[in-house]
This record gives sequence, structure tokens and C-alpha cells, in this order.
Amino acid sequence: MIELQHVTFVHQNGVRALDDVSVRIESGETVAIVGENGAGKTTLVKHVTGLLKPASGTVLVDGKSTTEMTTAQLSRKVGVAFQNPDHQLFSESVDEEMSFALRNFGFSPEVVEQRVTWGLETFGLEEYRKSSPLVLSGGEKKRLTLACILAWDPEVVILDEPTVGQDSIQKEKLAQTIGMLGAAGKTVVVVSHDIEFLWPMQPRVIVMKAGKVVGDGPAPIVMQQKELLDSARVAEPQLVALYQALATRPDSPFADALDARRWVEGRRAAG
Amino acid sequence: MWTAAGEKCLADILEIEGLNFRYPDSQKKAVSDFDLKVPEGEIVVLAGPSGCGKSTLLRTVNGLIPHMYSGDYSGEVRVGGGAVKDANMRDLAQKVGFLFQNPENQIFMFTVERDVAFGLENLGVPRPEMRARVDESLGLLEIGDLAFRAPYELSDGQKQRVALAGVLAMRPRLVILDEPTSLLDPKTAAELVDLVAKLRRELGTTFLVVEHRLDLLVKVADRMVVMNEGAKVVEGTPKEVLFGDQAEGYGVAVPSVTKLQKMLAKDGFLREDGILSPGELAQKLAGVSR
Repeated sequence: MIELQHVTFVHQNGVRALDDVSVRIESGETVAIVGENGAGKTTLVKHVTGLLKPASGTVLVDGKSTTEMTTAQLSRKVGVAFQNPDHQLFSESVDEEMSFALRNFGFSPEVVEQRVTWGLETFGLEEYRKSSPLVLSGGEKKRLTLACILAWDPEVVILDEPTVGQDSIQKEKLAQTIGMLGAAGKTVVVVSHDIEFLWPMQPRVIVMKAGKVVGDGPAPIVMQQKELLDSARVAEPQLVALYQALATRPDSPFADALDARRWVEGRRAAG
Repeated sequence: MWTAAGEKCLADILEIEGLNFRYPDSQKKAVSDFDLKVPEGEIVVLAGPSGCGKSTLLRTVNGLIPHMYSGDYSGEVRVGGGAVKDANMRDLAQKVGFLFQNPENQIFMFTVERDVAFGLENLGVPRPEMRARVDESLGLLEIGDLAFRAPYELSDGQKQRVALAGVLAMRPRLVILDEPTSLLDPKTAAELVDLVAKLRRELGTTFLVVEHRLDLLVKVADRMVVMNEGAKVVEGTPKEVLFGDQAEGYGVAVPSVTKLQKMLAKDGFLREDGILSPGELAQKLAGVSR
């Protein structure tokens, strides 16, 4: 469980990156955080990982304040893949990169080997096992950071803009991985501008604007609140836009996009 | 370029012929038997799975390959008729502009104005002309009011515009954009795509864009090229590519409303049409009898 209670954080230049934010994320929830550039999404994530400590207010992870835990203790619980993979890749080879944290957490050599192989296979990186992380493409580096984190099996997985540089096949796999983590009872937090990626997962959606949480609820409800989304510079998913456009037309034969799909399938079956 | 009848026709700004490239430490070719012709003034989207060679191809166009990265290189890349491998970087920098995915990788001066002028200062452009070009670029990107601000104080969308202003001040005929919208919120991303369309319209600039998020870009692009394992596998208008059977297999993200439109058109419920926005599709659907 993650809980922020009246958290405020002010950057050195005076910008209030978080302004009295209170939010509670239950264990096992899948949550998307959306909002305009500079809204405070990444700052919020850094508070959960303990990289930043609140100027005022409290951040609790499993009921314990992040100010009472070391970053090492927290990182065993909370794994985060940052927006820019170059900020967290540093080893000579891909398998070394993956084993680094595992060895530090004290896993046995057999388990390390097993988890490295699992991670490389799951994220399609097997062919790069002995390569330098630096030769990977941007998308491959992002997948490697994710593999590194999942290998030590943290309770909370945070992904900051995971779809950057990923093609639709990789995005599909990523969505499946997130679904799998959810099914395994993990807490997953995804920060993303990629609304089309988030929508099919139907997560709880937290909308941020100017350091505040301005919207919070299930995707089907939040993603229809046009005024809220506009104010936070978020666009509705294409299918929601279609649904809303259809709803304004009394002559429309379809109530929504799903209805249109069913109608076509019905016609097709009837020949 | 002129036709036999003496009419002016648009030349191909970018010509890639039989290009092959392999990095020294790699077994596989990163670019393989690649051909492409891009007429001046087009917006071309380059797509394909991650690791398929898109970034390498871009480096052969802006000259980083072969001038900075060595390797096995054969075939030819010409920009504005001149071979990239024989050009000097100084000339290339004026012909081909490059906007990185993360604007923080290319803006570093203390004021926006100085940052936009940086490339021109390096070329030794005379001051009055530098002044005029910087002002023109700031105006085109509608960021004149930011001229004396520090880039690090700006939002990501504004930083992106500053970086692009610096690129345009060089007056390149070809601009490469590497996933330009991936770090921008949806509204800022839509504004950037509108801006690209405006620059093409007003300056006739050619754009080569690598992008995975296609929902915005397909409305303004003239052509899509899909790469896989270093080779060109599909080429056509966005409609041809997205309505075709191959693209999805290569990891091209067909926007969800376009998928629905494709399904309805295939079954004969919608007439053939261009790629429709959600609102346009709703309008067409309203005309379909139940």
C-alpha cells in the first residue's frame, strides 16, 4: 500500500512540483498517472521510491514513512523504470546489468542466472546477453530496465513512460506484462502520455495538473470527463471520442463503437 | 530540375540507392539493400519494430554515418543531389536538420535566443543576417516572447519548440524528427504536429519523421515507409499502409478508430475514404442504415 498525505514538494527554483497531494493506492491496484508536461507526475513517483523526501506531509509505503527507510530498503519493495533508460544503465554487458541488483539483494548465483535468463527471454533480449547495453536501441534499453526490475520481484512496479520507442507488438507485450503483474497481486503505477496504450487496460486513472491531483477514478469515468482532460492537456482515447460523437447524433444507428463492431459481426453472420 | 517539356518539376530532396551498412561490432547489417526517394515538401513517416534500423538510417541521412560512425558502407545517400558520404559536415548541417527525441539533448545555452543562434554562430553568419534568421525562427514557432528566458525554466513542449527553432534557423531543406511527440502530453503533441504541417506549407520543408504514435501524424503525412531488419518492407500513403494487411505484423500501431473504419469498409458498410478522425467516422456511421 502506498499513501501520500498532504505532500508538498518545492524545487529549488521555487516551483511547487507537488502541492498538498493526498492519494492512496491499495496493494494490487493498477494505476495510470496522466497529465501535462511538468504536472508533477515524475516528482510524485520519486517520492514513492524515496529519492525525494517531502518538504511537508508524509509518504507511507506499507505503512512506514519513507523518511524512516533507506533507499536500499525501499528499492527492494519498489522497482522503478525511469523515463530515460540511460539514467539507470551502467554495466559492461546486458547480463551483468541484470545480475547487478540481484547480487546486491543477496540472491544465490543459481537464482541470479535463472532470473537473468527469464528476463532476457521475456523481453526479447536473449541475443544481446553479452552485448554492451549501449548498443541497444532506445526501445530495447527501456525493455532492459524493466527486465532488471521485475527480476528482483518488487511488490510495487513503477513505469515512467514505458511505451517510448516501443512498436505496437512490444506495446502489446508490455500491456500483457502489466496485466500479469496485476494478476500476481503486484501494485503497478504507469506514468504515460500514451492514452491509446492505457485505455485497453482500463486502469484507475489519476489526473495531475500543476502539482495537484485534479481527477481520480476508473478509466471509463475519468476518460469521459472532457473538461477535466482538456484542462490537464490530456486527450480522450479515440474510441471514447467516437462514442461521444455518436452519442450526440440522434440519427446514429450505433450507441457506441462496441455496438458498431457487434452490428458488423451480426450482418456478417447473416451473410 | 526541369522536364523535357521545360516545366519545372519537384526534385527528390532525398535519394537512397542500394544502401547497406553494418556496424563494426555486429554480425548483422543494420541497413540492408535500402532504396527510397522523397520528393521535396513531403512529410514521410518511418515506422517499424524497435531495433529495425530506423535510427541507423537517419544517421546515414544526416551524415553521422559514415563521417562519425565507421562500418561497412555501400550504396549511396544523396540530399539535394549531393552524396552525403562526400559532403563535409558543415554543408550537411545546413541541408539536414535533426530534432532529437529529448530536447534537453540539444539545448544548452543560457537564453533561448542564444540557443537558437548557436548553429549560425558556428557557421560565422554575419550578425544582421543572424538576427533576421533567429527572429524568423522564433516567429515561425510562435515563441518570440520566450527569447530572453532560460531554456531550463521552460516546459517540455516549449523546449521542443526552442530546439526546433535552432534547427530551422539553419534553413535546412530536410528536417528529421526522431519520435518528436513521445515525451509530450497529448495536447502539446497535437500542436507540434500542426506546426510541422504549417512549416511544410509555408516553407516547403521536407520532414522525415520516426514515430510510433500515429493517430495524430497520419492526418498530415504524405507517405509511410515501414522497415524491418534493416530493409524497406512496405511503402505507400498512410491509408494504403494502414489499410493494408502487412503493417500490423511489423509492429505499426494502427489507430483504434482506423481499425474500426477498416473493418467497416472491408465489409462494405462504408465507402472507400481517407483516414477518418473519430468525429468524421461518427458522421459517416450516422448515415449508415441499420
